Amino acid sequence: MAYNCVVLVKQVPDTKRITGKAMNDDGTVNRAALPAIFNPEDLNALEAALDIKDRFGGTVTVITMGLPAAVTTLKDALYRGADEAILVTDARCAASDTLATSYILSCAVKRIKYDIVLCGRQAIDGDTAQVGPQLAEKLGIPQITYVEKPVEIEGRTITAQRNIGNGWQKVKAQLPVLLTVTGEANVPRVAAAKKMMKYKAAMTPAGVEQKIKAENSHASADEIKELAVQKCSEMDKKGLLIEQWNLDFLKADLTWCGRNGSPTKVHRIQSVVLASKETKSVEPTDEGLSGMIHELLEDKIIA
Amino acid sequence: MPNFYTDNDDIRFLFKHLDLGELAGLCEEDFKFASQFDYAPADAGEAIRNYEMVLDSIGQLSGEFIAPRAESVDREGNTLNPDGSVSYAKGIAESLDKLAKAEVMGFTLPYRFGGINFPNLVYSMAIEIVSRADASLMNIFGLQGIAETINAFASEEIKQRYLHDFAAGKVTGAMVLTEPDAGSDLQAVKLRAFQDNAGNWFLHGVKRFITNGCGEVLLVLSRSEPDRSGGLGLSLFVCDRGPTVHIRRLEDKLGIHGSPTCEIFFDNTPCQLIGERQRGLVTYVMALMNGARIGIAGQSLGIAEAAYRVARDYASSRKQFGIAIEKMPAVRDLLIDMKISLEAGRALLYETSRVVDLNIAYQKQLELNPPADKEQLKPIKEQARRLDRLASILTPMSKYFCSEMANRVAYDSIQVLGGSGYMRDYAVERHARDARITTIYEGTSQLQIVAAVRGVCSGTAEKYLTELEQQNYDPQLEDLLAKLAEGTKQLKRAVTFVKHQGTEYMDLYGRPLVDIAIDLIVGYLFCDYASSKVDMDVPIDVEAGESKEQTMPMKKRKAIVARRFITKNTIKIDALVQLICSGDKSTLADFSALVGPVVEQ
Repeated sequence: MAYNCVVLVKQVPDTKRITGKAMNDDGTVNRAALPAIFNPEDLNALEAALDIKDRFGGTVTVITMGLPAAVTTLKDALYRGADEAILVTDARCAASDTLATSYILSCAVKRIKYDIVLCGRQAIDGDTAQVGPQLAEKLGIPQITYVEKPVEIEGRTITAQRNIGNGWQKVKAQLPVLLTVTGEANVPRVAAAKKMMKYKAAMTPAGVEQKIKAENSHASADEIKELAVQKCSEMDKKGLLIEQWNLDFLKADLTWCGRNGSPTKVHRIQSVVLASKETKSVEPTDEGLSGMIHELLEDKIIA
Repeated sequence: MPNFYTDNDDIRFLFKHLDLGELAGLCEEDFKFASQFDYAPADAGEAIRNYEMVLDSIGQLSGEFIAPRAESVDREGNTLNPDGSVSYAKGIAESLDKLAKAEVMGFTLPYRFGGINFPNLVYSMAIEIVSRADASLMNIFGLQGIAETINAFASEEIKQRYLHDFAAGKVTGAMVLTEPDAGSDLQAVKLRAFQDNAGNWFLHGVKRFITNGCGEVLLVLSRSEPDRSGGLGLSLFVCDRGPTVHIRRLEDKLGIHGSPTCEIFFDNTPCQLIGERQRGLVTYVMALMNGARIGIAGQSLGIAEAAYRVARDYASSRKQFGIAIEKMPAVRDLLIDMKISLEAGRALLYETSRVVDLNIAYQKQLELNPPADKEQLKPIKEQARRLDRLASILTPMSKYFCSEMANRVAYDSIQVLGGSGYMRDYAVERHARDARITTIYEGTSQLQIVAAVRGVCSGTAEKYLTELEQQNYDPQLEDLLAKLAEGTKQLKRAVTFVKHQGTEYMDLYGRPLVDIAIDLIVGYLFCDYASSKVDMDVPIDVEAGESKEQTMPMKKRKAIVARRFITKNTIKIDALVQLICSGDKSTLADFSALVGPVVEQ
């Protein structure tokens, strides 16, 4: 029996590669200074979906909400084996908190026939772990969070093992279901040669239009539009057109989107820069080690 | 996260410096495949982007996934199960699954079988990257020459039957050549191939030391002409692993523990003939072996790179007598020589792979698409002959140089780490054990020298050195180029002397002759890199304190490498030429006195 999986992914700044310029003076993230990457646990979610496809058949559709630049994350998903990729992008999505984001994503997921929705446990830029659970609520389907192992499926029943902090729990649920997947669940496959060779040319309609504009600087707006339509249909035939949806297409209620739909208000941001100031050598003797442990205990670094 | 492609400045530099566009055009046959296959490139720029993306992906897989498993693979090894099947070490099985999903198991196979049709040069880079992570995995990843041999010589039916599965990573193969009495001397192969009344072929006999002999597809060299001894009595067959193929034993080896080495008994195994009878050894296995030799050279580079990096890191942090040991001249010398010989091996292997790619392309053009006009045909034929001669000398040189280099580098890495290096806590002892096989299998160093020295003495090497001399170089390298030109003259003198002495004397001094030729070729390649148009800055060690700069153009760095390499070698070449021209034949004349009799144990 084949299953259709939808994977929600996010492009995030690489918080593991912090440089001096990572933060603006007002304490917000300087996204320009940080390389944009595929949110690590979303890769685990994608791998879980591809694994289901390998074992049972079906399709994997990947959705991201973000700036047009997030198309690189979608292409990465196609390189690894996703069948289809959709970019949800709209200026009115800006400043969405987790509530607004999960609402907008729910509007997108509802347009697709799915059996299993997969999200990464959390994104490394916000670390909230809220979007997956909120999305399940809005879709009205059961959720299994913190999935830490490949799942088992029989007919319409899925069994997943979830990490509950001090142990694990095996949960059974009826499809459709939403899973949030942790970094321990699997090791994501790398980009595949033939898929990269093919999909590296993939673009959204907006990307196509932009490229045509850059290549035909003297053409009129109508001419560009016409060329773009032509090019898009060519690319679509080759399977290289990435779908692009906006809030109008999703028929989203705008009061639930962006700043309007976001009850989260940032009260204050404090810029804390931790810098290493000194190094200390510890003698490899019992005294040296117990001295170090004692110091760490005193500083409450370990408990 | 470690990426074994992006963290290797030398590979990245050579990727840019070597003319991959030319190779892409030849491999892609003027990009005619783009209209038939949605992933085939439409121009050289796109092909080069493809090469780089795939290397990046393999580099990521090697650094993040394969390398962390190498230690447990080494400890665990493979298992021969009671039912005769073989289980790979867990890490090998997992890595093979990831490699299959990365779609890189049909690296050089044509698109029509699901391959990615990459040049051998890029495959050599990939083999090095994978071997750096786990040398033993290369013995399966780097066995793609088996599929390539089927592609080059088998019937369309056999190709269709096997090649799709190879490219998809569903099957792996083995080159089933060696027997207890036929190691280096494959002409002595005895395993019997016979036909029934209906003309079906079967195999009967024993093969030994077969790398991945538990693979699903076996290419077996066997005697199809019982009345004919020697190479012309041998043909090449393909068979599936089935109930008549018995793995009798897994060897317990010094290194490459992840690579299963099998003894196989064929009990009337049904098989199919590859190509024509009697061409098994002389044509097909020779081609297969040449590809495998390049693979082993790549494997050697990967091991050396891994070992060097451990030593480099350790020397900077290990303190003795109050200073980091890298500050001591003796340790510095070790590190520098390791690094330069590693780059020398890479230069030689990549040049060899490039020549092999050009050779394949020219031979293909002559075979499939020769120009009708005789005037046009002549230069193509000449160029094809030139490339063929050049490939046949550079291939054994690469195998010999890189494998010996890897052993030296791995051995010296242990030396840099001292007592710690001798312990299993560090990977260098594994690298040294893994390196040890590289000078032995796919033709020992001694046999590589025999193959290469004929080219050195027949004029092929001299002609090539003259071509290299005539290239354009940066004017600042003038003094080094003069030294190389003088070295070439010296080599000619030695060759002339050797020729007067006869073949036996040539084999006696094969090694120094080949060493001189390699040193000169690599000297020119280094000068070429030092004249590169590629604009790339590489980091240098700020801590060492000779310079305040943090980076340096690679071109400038390669000039420093070339200067040290050529200056030291000039002195070495002088000594080697004196040795060759000494006329000393004590090896032949005084053997019995020098080694004494065999003493019963």
